Amino acid sequence: MDGERVYAYYPGCSLHATAKEYDLSARAVCSALGVELREVPDWNCCGASSAHARDHLLGVALAARNLALVEEMGMREVAVPCAACYNRLAVAGRELQDDGSLAAEVREMLGRPLEGSAKARALLDVVVRDVGAERIRDAVKRPLEGLKVACYYGCLLVRPPRALGTEERVEDPQSLDELVRALGGEPVEWPHKTECCGAGLSLARTDVVRTLSANILKMARDCGAGCVVCACPLCMTNLDMRQAESLKAAGEDFSMPVLYFTELMGLAMGLPGAGRWLKMHFVDASAVTCREGAAARQEEPC
Amino acid sequence: MGDAISAQSAPSSGEVRIGGRPAEPGFARQVEALSGQKLSACYQCGECTAGCPVAFAMDLMPNQVTRVALAGMSGEVLGSRSIWLCVGCNTCVTRCPRLVDLPRVMDSLRQIAARRGIRCPEPAVRAFHDTFLQGLERGGRLHELALVAAFKLRTGRLLQDVPAGAAMMAKGKLAVLPGTVKGREEVRRLFEECRRRPAEDDGHGR
Amino acid sequence: MARVGVFVCWCGSNIARTVDVQRVAEAARRIPGVVFSTDYKYMCSEPGQTMVRDAIREHRLDRVVVASCSPRLHEPTFQRCIAEAGLNPYLVEMANIREHCSWVHQDREAATEKAIDLVRMAVAKARRDFPLFRNEIPITKRALVIGGGVAGIQAALDIADAGYPVTLVERTPSIGGRMAQYDKTFPTLDCAACILTPKMVDCASHPNITILTYAEVEEVSGFVGNFTVRIRRRARGVDMEKCTGCGVCYSKCPVKVPNEFEEGMGERRAIYVPFPQAVPNVPVIDRQHCRLNNGLKCGVCQKLCPTGAIAYDQEDEVITGQFGAIVVATGFKMWDHSQIGEYGYGGIPDVISGLQFERLMNASGPTEGKIVRPSDHRPPKTVVFVACVGSRSENHGHEYCSKVCCMYTAKHALLLKEKYPDTQAYVFYMDIRANGKGYEEFVRRTIEEYGAHYIRGRVSRIYRHGDRVVVKGADTLLGRPVEIDADLVVLATAMEPQDDAKELARRLGISTDQHNWFSEAHPKLKPVEVLSSGIYLAGACQYPKDIPDTVAQASGAASKVAGLFSKPHLLSEPMIASVREEDCVACGQCVRVCPFSAIELVDVNGKNGASRRAARVNEGLCHGCGTCVAGCRGSCIDLRGFTNAQVLSEIDALALA
Repeated sequence: MDGERVYAYYPGCSLHATAKEYDLSARAVCSALGVELREVPDWNCCGASSAHARDHLLGVALAARNLALVEEMGMREVAVPCAACYNRLAVAGRELQDDGSLAAEVREMLGRPLEGSAKARALLDVVVRDVGAERIRDAVKRPLEGLKVACYYGCLLVRPPRALGTEERVEDPQSLDELVRALGGEPVEWPHKTECCGAGLSLARTDVVRTLSANILKMARDCGAGCVVCACPLCMTNLDMRQAESLKAAGEDFSMPVLYFTELMGLAMGLPGAGRWLKMHFVDASAVTCREGAAARQEEPC
Repeated sequence: MGDAISAQSAPSSGEVRIGGRPAEPGFARQVEALSGQKLSACYQCGECTAGCPVAFAMDLMPNQVTRVALAGMSGEVLGSRSIWLCVGCNTCVTRCPRLVDLPRVMDSLRQIAARRGIRCPEPAVRAFHDTFLQGLERGGRLHELALVAAFKLRTGRLLQDVPAGAAMMAKGKLAVLPGTVKGREEVRRLFEECRRRPAEDDGHGR
Repeated sequence: MARVGVFVCWCGSNIARTVDVQRVAEAARRIPGVVFSTDYKYMCSEPGQTMVRDAIREHRLDRVVVASCSPRLHEPTFQRCIAEAGLNPYLVEMANIREHCSWVHQDREAATEKAIDLVRMAVAKARRDFPLFRNEIPITKRALVIGGGVAGIQAALDIADAGYPVTLVERTPSIGGRMAQYDKTFPTLDCAACILTPKMVDCASHPNITILTYAEVEEVSGFVGNFTVRIRRRARGVDMEKCTGCGVCYSKCPVKVPNEFEEGMGERRAIYVPFPQAVPNVPVIDRQHCRLNNGLKCGVCQKLCPTGAIAYDQEDEVITGQFGAIVVATGFKMWDHSQIGEYGYGGIPDVISGLQFERLMNASGPTEGKIVRPSDHRPPKTVVFVACVGSRSENHGHEYCSKVCCMYTAKHALLLKEKYPDTQAYVFYMDIRANGKGYEEFVRRTIEEYGAHYIRGRVSRIYRHGDRVVVKGADTLLGRPVEIDADLVVLATAMEPQDDAKELARRLGISTDQHNWFSEAHPKLKPVEVLSSGIYLAGACQYPKDIPDTVAQASGAASKVAGLFSKPHLLSEPMIASVREEDCVACGQCVRVCPFSAIELVDVNGKNGASRRAARVNEGLCHGCGTCVAGCRGSCIDLRGFTNAQVLSEIDALALA
């Protein structure tokens, strides 16, 4: 557990734009924990859900190019903050491993060597499993003092379990919950940990997303949560940017702050700039910052 | 031996008519080859339907998609909303007792529908995918502002999310200029390669 | 000089379609040693066998080759046939030109040539056959029944009634098994205990039956008619001679632990009987939880016992017995639904298994027969039954159907509605498997008379919301997802073999399938036997089954045992290994490699009266596998009926053709 940990880093398209705060907080938190992230040079879009809907080979090839780039860096593991990108890279990687003829074809298309040695890791997994709760707890300066958190994993961090080779309990994952506990917060027991937010239908069928997001937010509230924590830019968009319209359409009148887990970590670790990240949200998350340890209340305003 | 067996086979054409309309012979096989899944493995238990988050908005239920495809009712399944509303959340495949990869089947149906030029009943969803991939082919990475703008133009939904967009820009979350990808040529080539290669449903079924 | 007769079978068109059998018969005539050769449509039929016998007499044949199907099928048939004609039965050889030829080839020319070669080899072997004789093996006419559920009880009663002594070994403190846990049985709705306990009492009072409870089989050796079994009778801590079954001890024991008989829904004491009608009605001290045994102060039961029957220092008793036949009736367990994440990983108190619901319904159960929610003890207004939980699912490790769940789910729904007509009962099902006598009618009653709502579709997710349980299922007939807010959910979980089934199979030397169900000798024609003689199967340990099938199978196993015991002795299998003692140097290699521990080194008389050692084969244990023959460095052990010379002659016949 000593010494620096180095990973390739694949931010994905959203983290440079609509999920900027995820990128900022992820880098800040990793730096503070002694985890070095080296961005994959010249990475391309993983293709998300659109590529494999158009053409299976295209979906694999787009993801595979990034894996090839990671191998070129001489790295074995690439940390991926966005759950959807992680899922694409991991599933494509698995398919390439299982199907030799597919791998040969993709290698030929890419015109790059591709050994299959690079492995995609969800950033959440890197933080909780590799860094570990102990070290995180040690780094906490402003414990969350019993803040009740609904840990929202979404679909793609744990499904499909066989392809991802996940160690998590697929229907009741625990890594975010462990993390929240290490930060001093209290993860609530709630049944919608992995219920879909509506994902890529955000623009095309916003009505569907509104229904699904409202269900998630209502359940989080019903189970006593004060905020929701997540690990995916699309989940964040649906639950945060679309929260007001979703709850209104459902006839509800409450607000539930939604944060990236790295933002929550940044707050608890007392990292400078944490407040700035939260200002990039649509739903006011100041209620969360005010929960930090009274003793540690410093310059960060409520 | 007894009666001689005739060299000619019996005269019936074997046409199957469902609801009065002929089924498409070979369709099920095409879907199976493309998706690598055995449609007959599905015993129609409905667990996929029971857990699907968007089933409430679908016309064909997830289990019906498999059944209709297996029955050769190509027109009905390729023209359904369901295949476009599927978000790929993987709930169905995780819980399916027969381990049928329904998301793969959905992908295959989308691919066949697009290839056959079937009119899509969810044009905004199609537009989203097409816009996304167009931007990706051109630039190697997704430029969200461009995606949203192009999507609006395609769908005519000019006023959708304008306040949100403005707010995003104010918060510094929408990059005005796209990032450059030196490898975007490579990405473009991948698109071209895939267009060039023969359709996978000639028996390779990956 | 041998006089070989060759009989080539058409087997209808099974052989004749691919092999030119007439040509084979013709070619056989020219094989050295053959004095008669013919072909016929069905050699195994009555006219076919008559043909063989007539030919033996007419042509003074002393060896016979039948070219037809696999010896596994008809070798015994033709052995009997030639014995009737006065020949030693071991002078017939089968050339398998069906499974090894016509059924696996399509080229008629090549297949016919191959068939001729096979006949040639068989003739070469037959010429070196010599008469073999079977020895008498004594039979210990005492049966061992492992497992005291309804299968074991029935088998024991039938064997005992046939006049033979039976020892019934049961692992738990009482016989009765699963059936004792049930409330009522479908389709008659007889009370399970009411129909079972008379049989349990019959067992206890039958002069031919010895019941050993709280006991397990530790080691089995020997062979049919002569098994030696070591049984460990665990220490009850109670003297069975002195105990009157008054029950004072367990009414006052201070320790409470979850009760296995109640499937964890209720409690028992550290000293306990599993249920009120236990046989024997003698409690057992659970030493793991007994305070005194753990060094704490107690001794309450001993103080209160009016007959001084408590014996804290009692030790396990190891009994070694001789048995002629063993009936395995060890039953099944329910799959643990904590493994199914989408239904809550077993953590939702109001989601229970079918067997747990059975205990709730039972009047002597943990709630005295009142159906209440485990979480808050309130009666449920809406109960959802979920069928096929874990069964028929590659995803959950059981592709098979557990057979009884459709019926007991219907029973549960019916009994629930009978007790509480205002409660809503929903059943999510995939298919309804109601194929026993009266079963279909029973399910119709449940739906039409008692008003249970049957919904065709599986359940994808069950979760808790507040104090209710949400069930997300589907109705595929309506083509819609269906969600129900329920108070109580009952899961019909898969049946599985006992956890130690594989270990018991190892001890007995029998095989299991990939799920650890015990393997029968033939699924269609030998459902109560296993491949090893003398061991029989009864009940669900072989495969999920309901009570009528279990009882029928148990009686079937008992009849096999009675049939075995009705013989004066067994005849040994003569195609076994034998040692040329004069050449054996007692290196011990054969002893080491024998998989059946059938060879030992014994003292033999050497030359000039000196004593020396040599290997000797136990004719009863030897299975004739030939491993020792392959391992013997001095070639002084040979397999009767498959001698080295015979095998080499077959190879020569093929090579020189």
